Amino acid sequence: MKTNRHNHLKELEAESIYILREVAAQFERPVLLFSGGKDSIVIAHMAWKAFYPGAIPFPFLHIDTGHNFDETITYRDALAGRLGVRMIIGSVQESIDTGRVVEEQGYNASRNKLQTVTLLDSLEKYKFDAAIGGARRDEEKARAKERIFSHRDEFGQWDPKNQRPELWNIFNGRKQPGEHFRVFPISNWTEMDVWQYILQENIELPSLYYTHEREVFERDGMWLAAHPCIRRRPEEVPELKRVRCRTIGDITCTGLISSEAYSVENIIDEIASSRVTERGNRSDDKRSEAAMEDRKKRGIFKLTIYFLDRRNFPLAQI
Amino acid sequence: MNKGYLDMELLRFTTAGSVDDGKSTLIGRLLYDSKSVFEDQLEAVTLASNRLGNAEVNLALLTDGLRAEREQGITIDVAYRYFATPKRKFIIADTPGHIEYTRNMVTGASTADAAIILIDARNGIVEQTLRHSYITALLGIPHVVIAINKMDLVNFSQEVYQSIKEKYDGIAKKTGLKNVYYFPISAKNGDNVVTISEQTPWYTGPSLLEFLEKVPVRTMDRINPGRLPVQWVIRPHKTEFHDYRGYAGHIAAGVFQVGDQVTVLPSGTTSTITHIEEAGKELTEAKEGESITIRLSDNIDISRGDMIVPASHLTRLSNEVKLMICWFNPKPLQAGGKYIIRHTSSELKGIVKSINYKMDINTLKQTTESIETIRMNDIASVTLKTSAPLKYDLYKENRTTGSIIFIDEFTNETVGAGMIYENE
Repeated sequence: MKTNRHNHLKELEAESIYILREVAAQFERPVLLFSGGKDSIVIAHMAWKAFYPGAIPFPFLHIDTGHNFDETITYRDALAGRLGVRMIIGSVQESIDTGRVVEEQGYNASRNKLQTVTLLDSLEKYKFDAAIGGARRDEEKARAKERIFSHRDEFGQWDPKNQRPELWNIFNGRKQPGEHFRVFPISNWTEMDVWQYILQENIELPSLYYTHEREVFERDGMWLAAHPCIRRRPEEVPELKRVRCRTIGDITCTGLISSEAYSVENIIDEIASSRVTERGNRSDDKRSEAAMEDRKKRGIFKLTIYFLDRRNFPLAQI
Repeated sequence: MNKGYLDMELLRFTTAGSVDDGKSTLIGRLLYDSKSVFEDQLEAVTLASNRLGNAEVNLALLTDGLRAEREQGITIDVAYRYFATPKRKFIIADTPGHIEYTRNMVTGASTADAAIILIDARNGIVEQTLRHSYITALLGIPHVVIAINKMDLVNFSQEVYQSIKEKYDGIAKKTGLKNVYYFPISAKNGDNVVTISEQTPWYTGPSLLEFLEKVPVRTMDRINPGRLPVQWVIRPHKTEFHDYRGYAGHIAAGVFQVGDQVTVLPSGTTSTITHIEEAGKELTEAKEGESITIRLSDNIDISRGDMIVPASHLTRLSNEVKLMICWFNPKPLQAGGKYIIRHTSSELKGIVKSINYKMDINTLKQTTESIETIRMNDIASVTLKTSAPLKYDLYKENRTTGSIIFIDEFTNETVGAGMIYENE
């Protein structure tokens, strides 16, 4: 008897495509939150595969802080054109101009937390009932317990002690009016899986992920880009280094790593020997242990004082 | 780069044990010894261990994520963990041992290829062991590992190990578990977890990790008849794909090939597979576990919730089935209760016609006493009537087409899970 086995990438991809099709079937107005990072790029790729030759049956939403690497925007617009999807832009600058949020001042000023308001305003404006995101359970302990279809109550709160049981591959996206879901199609992927898949599928990424020369300066043990968006202290003198991004988010909180990796193969080798998690390079994550859980539990009422994670997801989410 | 990394198998396993049996420590040990723990994670855990007054690094803290459980020192919800060795990639569903969280074990077990049941060598088999073994059997997990932990606290005694093993053989027989494997371990010190211990010269088997690297993953044999629940109908509305109709889904069992005669259930219409596609790539066949799109020779009306099966091997079809259920919700189930039922890609209404018996999982005996209501964490047999016929197989034949969930009509919560074991 011939038996058939799948390799892990095939199995993970099949599961993610299944989840994306479930989202399209179970929700009226889903949206894919697109950050420009590798995880949302991989999901976009699988969304294309899931519905081909049909069009991807939901738009993408990018929350633009205005403090992006140029490469992210160039990549975003090219991708939207190639996939034929509608890319909705939520502009943080607009939220500032209309007085919805107030710009931070000081050396650590970031628009990262302001994005939350812009995102929530955008979700409400377009009445989205499911937001597809690229979070993975391997990233953080609190995430390890989050469901793939993750329910948010009408107050936007996530209740980690009372989550819906998720069995087999049956997903329950039923909800009351005003409630929402967050859906994580690559919950079961690790950082290594994502890179292996990018290699296998030959997916084009923003050049930021590969080694390049950039003016950077050191802060709190991390390299940050020397960019007009980040105010530097006098002692923070920029230097030219060969660096790359391990994750991509708002420029003010994306740490760069010293690297010579110029191909996906190089990056896979680099990760295989890395001894620090990818979130270790995020200035927004350098907080107390239970930080993420706290931020998620508070929900919408205190949203404005909490950060977004690196894919423009508010950690406390409607 | 080692290209071998791109072609690894994936093994999903679940862990169960009573409180303080050392589950979290075992998982921490597997992650740590397989070098899946990063420096920043270890640093955080070391700091937390010091704060809690632990002399050594407490590996359990690697996985006990939520603050509520950190404070209680217990795991309160299913957590998923990931690690890889050069041979395999692993997904662990870490489930708590508390009696009130049976639903979490059922959840974690539903997708597992193997279960690790922990037994504290000092205490031997306890009430919870029986419960966990029964659930493992009920959920149809193919392989069962009995990890006899804390061997260091019984001086690595072969007698203790043997006595537990013999007693457990009886439980395995009673619950109908096959493929049971025993390991004498100390999760805290690492004995027989990743490497073979010098403390147990009498033990000649592999280490736990070696075993997990080799145990067969669900073999998708070609004998099971094909099952494709239709998830989504692709109709591009583009000129170059004017008449295109593709039926997309995740194959629940078997193999489909171009040219196969198929029947669409529940209508019973037959047709022939003309194309099997994966994002435009033409395939000659597709098998269990693959997300593909199928096209048929005839233009027939097919929608989400229908199932494509070989014309020669239809599913069972009935609007009345017997199920073993596990109840998840504080609001009990009552005979006559109405629920929304989700089964593969279809959603229908269901009414619980009768409650047949409850399982007393401490004695593994069926009881018909006080079965008017089924409470949270109860396991029972019920007869369910559905608003439309279910297209199903028995759970023991197919975990996907034989399982359903119960959804509360008003709160939309998932309140129970059911496994079809017999048709009326």
